[in-house]
Amino acid sequence: MTALSKSWERAVVPLFILAAWEVFSRSGFLPAALLPAPSVVLHTWGDWIFGFDETSQGNTGRWFADALSSATRVAAGYGIAVVSGVLLGIAIGWWRWVERTVEPTIQMLRPVPPVSWIPLAIIWFGIANKPAIFLVFLGAFFPILMNTIHGVKTADRNLIRAASMMGATEQQLLRHVVFPAALPSIFAGLRIGIGAAWMLTVTAEMVAVKSGLGYVLWDSYYFLRYDLVLAAMASIGLLGYATDALIKVLMSAALHWQHGSTLQSREG
Amino acid sequence: MASIDLQNITKIFRDAKRKRDLLAIDNVSLSVEKNEFLCLLGSSGCGKSTLLNMIAGFEKPTEGTVTVGGKPVDGPGADRGMVFQQANLMPWLPVWENVAFHLRLKGWRKADRRDAAQEYIDMVGLRGFENHFPAELSGGMSQRVGIARALLLNPQVILMDEPFAALDAQTKMDMQEELVAIWQKQRCTVVFVTHSVDEALVLGTRVAVMTSRPGRIRELIALDLPRPRDTTGPRFNDHKRHILNLIREEGMQQRQAAVA
Ligand SMILES: Nc1ncnc2c1ncn2[C@@H]1O[C@H](COP(=O)(O)OP(=O)(O)OP(=O)(O)O)[C@@H](O)[C@H]1O
Ligand SMILES: [Mg+2]
Repeated sequence: MTALSKSWERAVVPLFILAAWEVFSRSGFLPAALLPAPSVVLHTWGDWIFGFDETSQGNTGRWFADALSSATRVAAGYGIAVVSGVLLGIAIGWWRWVERTVEPTIQMLRPVPPVSWIPLAIIWFGIANKPAIFLVFLGAFFPILMNTIHGVKTADRNLIRAASMMGATEQQLLRHVVFPAALPSIFAGLRIGIGAAWMLTVTAEMVAVKSGLGYVLWDSYYFLRYDLVLAAMASIGLLGYATDALIKVLMSAALHWQHGSTLQSREG
Repeated sequence: MASIDLQNITKIFRDAKRKRDLLAIDNVSLSVEKNEFLCLLGSSGCGKSTLLNMIAGFEKPTEGTVTVGGKPVDGPGADRGMVFQQANLMPWLPVWENVAFHLRLKGWRKADRRDAAQEYIDMVGLRGFENHFPAELSGGMSQRVGIARALLLNPQVILMDEPFAALDAQTKMDMQEELVAIWQKQRCTVVFVTHSVDEALVLGTRVAVMTSRPGRIRELIALDLPRPRDTTGPRFNDHKRHILNLIREEGMQQRQAAVA
């Protein structure tokens, strides 16, 4: 099958939905403001990005600034979660005493939904970047941590034996054997974590911050601008998709050695 | 001074799940002299790998002491190179990095590691596969990477757990010759586990025949045959007949014990 016909295959369903939606909106079944047609959303979105005719009113031309503030929060909270989740996960997976002392507390905190921390986050950090970063961290931290622990615990004991036969110290075992052995599992955690990170940035921006894509989304809802709401939703989806794609690229670069040995590697 | 000394070794595996302990090694004493090539011969499950693991320091004996070079063993170390029954290669490293893993741990620069690895890769006949990953190798090729990796340590003691079991007859003969040459050149001590009477007789300076579980030393046989060994000569075949008889008796006793 050629690449062109393959990409066509993928586009059929979305194109059909968009066309049906356009027709439905223009048919006058619902008031146009309640379900704006895709073409209207696209127009508003374009103005939000490039600022050509102020259809998006106060937001005109401000999309990059909004996207940047959301992305910064995601990057900060996610970055902290990756570093702390991987380090703590390796420690819990490797040393029994760390597991015994730390794991029970973590298991108690883990079922608390990150969004339920919003009131405390606002009290502690005020209305600004910090509560959002805190929430993003909470959302991404647990999946990364749990997957890292799993990866360390399922590392092949024989590889550790082989490395210690070659004179590896404990620190070298962690760096040269346990970490690479846990990497496939860590990446699974990173991918779950990035989804949670975007979800929580948007949630935080709707209640605890006055900028970013989530803020525009919620603000437009108050002003009955459903075209902007839809444009914001699409923007968030797009950025979430792009960051996940980035992690996938990093993953296939880091795990290229799995090539030919796993089911997933069958598709190029 | 003996290079490896096993004093009254007993190994019991505690099986908490089945509430049943397993006596794997029963009071084994064995001395291996420096520069000896000892072949451990025994049936499957008789405790050969367990014995090797205790010399390597991966397992602790339940009773008794293991000393290597006069020092009690209290953990694995690069003075004892081990070739495992399964190759146990790092799947994320290409062949040459696996072979040179020890040098990576010692902090050598990449170019130097690469050069050092090449000699051993050539020795085991894997030139051209330096950049392959373990997932892209056959079983016998992986095993040869494991051998190259152990040889690069240049250890005083080499422990080998059925390293040639997965190789075809021709490669096996080449590797056996190569191993004897390395052993003669480096004057190291080898403990070599095998199922095959022929292999033990081709390689060893001594053969230790083990009993079935629990593992004991049934008999120690010194081989003073000239090298390269003539596998069709009368003395070779006398030894072979003798060892096969031991194994047959062992099997019969085992069956009688099972009936009783
Ligand atoms: N880690 C372990 N825990 C419990 N039992 C074990 C363990 N390792 C080995 N055993 C038991 O000890 C006995 C000896 O095992 P070992 O692996 O030493 O046999 P072997 O002589 O190397 O056999 P083979 O030739 O098949 O490799 C077996 O009955 C096995 O079930
Ligand atoms: Mg074995």
